Amino acid sequence: MSDPQTIAVGEAILSIRDLNFYYGAFRGLTNVSLDIAKSQVTAFIGPSGCGKSTLLRTFNRMYDLYPGQRAEGQINFHGKNLLDKKQDVNLVRAKIGMVFQKPTPFPMTIYENIAFGVRLYEKLNKSEMDDRVEWALRKAAIWEETKNKLQQSGLSLSGGQQQRLCIARTIAVKPEIVLLDEPTSALDPISTAKIEELINELKTEYTIAIVTHNMQQAARISDFTAFMYLGELIEFGNTDKLFVKPSQKQTEDYITGRFG
Amino acid sequence: MQLYSRRLLTNRIGIALSMIAMAFGLAALLWILWTLFYNGFSALSWDFFTQDTPAPGSEGGGLRNAIVGSLMIIGVTMVVSTPIGILAGIYLAEYGATSRFAATTRFVTDIMLSAPSIVVGLFVYALMVATLGGFSGWAGSVALSLIAIPVVVRTTENMLLLVPTALREAAFAVGAPRWQVSLKVTLRAVKAGVVTGILLAIARVMGETAPLLFTALNNQFFSTDMSQPMGNLPVVIFQFAMSPYDNWVSLAWGGALLIALIVLAINIIARVMFRNKVSV
Repeated sequence: MSDPQTIAVGEAILSIRDLNFYYGAFRGLTNVSLDIAKSQVTAFIGPSGCGKSTLLRTFNRMYDLYPGQRAEGQINFHGKNLLDKKQDVNLVRAKIGMVFQKPTPFPMTIYENIAFGVRLYEKLNKSEMDDRVEWALRKAAIWEETKNKLQQSGLSLSGGQQQRLCIARTIAVKPEIVLLDEPTSALDPISTAKIEELINELKTEYTIAIVTHNMQQAARISDFTAFMYLGELIEFGNTDKLFVKPSQKQTEDYITGRFG
Repeated sequence: MQLYSRRLLTNRIGIALSMIAMAFGLAALLWILWTLFYNGFSALSWDFFTQDTPAPGSEGGGLRNAIVGSLMIIGVTMVVSTPIGILAGIYLAEYGATSRFAATTRFVTDIMLSAPSIVVGLFVYALMVATLGGFSGWAGSVALSLIAIPVVVRTTENMLLLVPTALREAAFAVGAPRWQVSLKVTLRAVKAGVVTGILLAIARVMGETAPLLFTALNNQFFSTDMSQPMGNLPVVIFQFAMSPYDNWVSLAWGGALLIALIVLAINIIARVMFRNKVSV
């Protein structure tokens, strides 16, 4: 079989090469290689346990928090390997933000939720910070709902609003890449639609990588799609082509609902 | 059907037994409270709070010196124990995790939690009182800190472990270093639970007698000098309750009631706070 994994994606912001991931002795990812295209949406689909979230969590070294988890190979970002031991992980995470499955507002005010991350890497005065908070909340399409209650707890918002707050918090730091780990799976259809709309707007300025269980969602919002199965990248290509005319049998079986 | 009626019977016996056990425990508590009120309530007067412990044979008197002494000793205890306990708890939950040093700390803390308080008193006596030349309020605070710190450590750790992983990861995901994640996000999320731990530690040291007997000793005069022997409620109760003077015995009951009421109040406050221990 010809290597289905590498296709030209135009300008790549992340180049993953021969990535292997281990949970202790268990190998969670096997020889994954692909490019994440700049200012595009790349979706990762596949059945539960296929390694798509694991892959996403290597991009910001989230696995570092857990002893026993390790990654080998290369994830090149601006000419440097992110997996390098000497790489400052906090800086990586400021450049490559992440939004999680469940909304996770910090236990502080809406304003502070946004300002917390910004303060870590920038010294802004009060009015600059006010502007940044408004900017981020507007970007995440939640400004109108929150502008009169910035001093209320972030936990007082609804689930969908909390998730948009989390997206605002992520982009407030001005990352280059935004990782979304099943960001809508805990939300109702209306909130989901809002988030999808938001992703579409954000991709002009940010590179987006999204893990989703929802194939229609991947088809709707992504430019490139990667199908993974049992820790391997089975097929990677243009979303339109992958869904209409997949080159691999397994991909076809999965997207037509024959398994997974 | 026979099987069902037998199960029903077993169920009734089970409920009856647990009700009896509950009544037994509750009766003991109510009995203690009733005895305290019966004997101590009459001692609670204006003089009780404004006069110092009476000399042997003299009339009247109050517990002012003991109340102030207890408050000062416990105040210093908590000023010392709270930061140490919280930081150690953060270490165990956020940093140490599975390291050997953390496991050892956890083990030692557990031993300290169940160590007889008289051992703690003797230890501080040997460490400070015998070597530094005398009983003092400071020594009393050190002894009580040794009892309070483990309580704060374990509650802080247990509360932090309740924080959902997702929240912790989210804080790391914006690029926050671990200390910021711990102090500004996870600790804040369990603020109420941690304060509850501190309150419970206060309640715990409130009535400790043995550690103070060997350290702060007692002082029948009013004193705010922490480097001198200091009056305090538990030791005064201990001395007065067994004395032949009626007014002393009465004051001892009053002091016991006062401690019981304070501990009760602290526990109620802690319970109310604990209801929303994790605000996530």
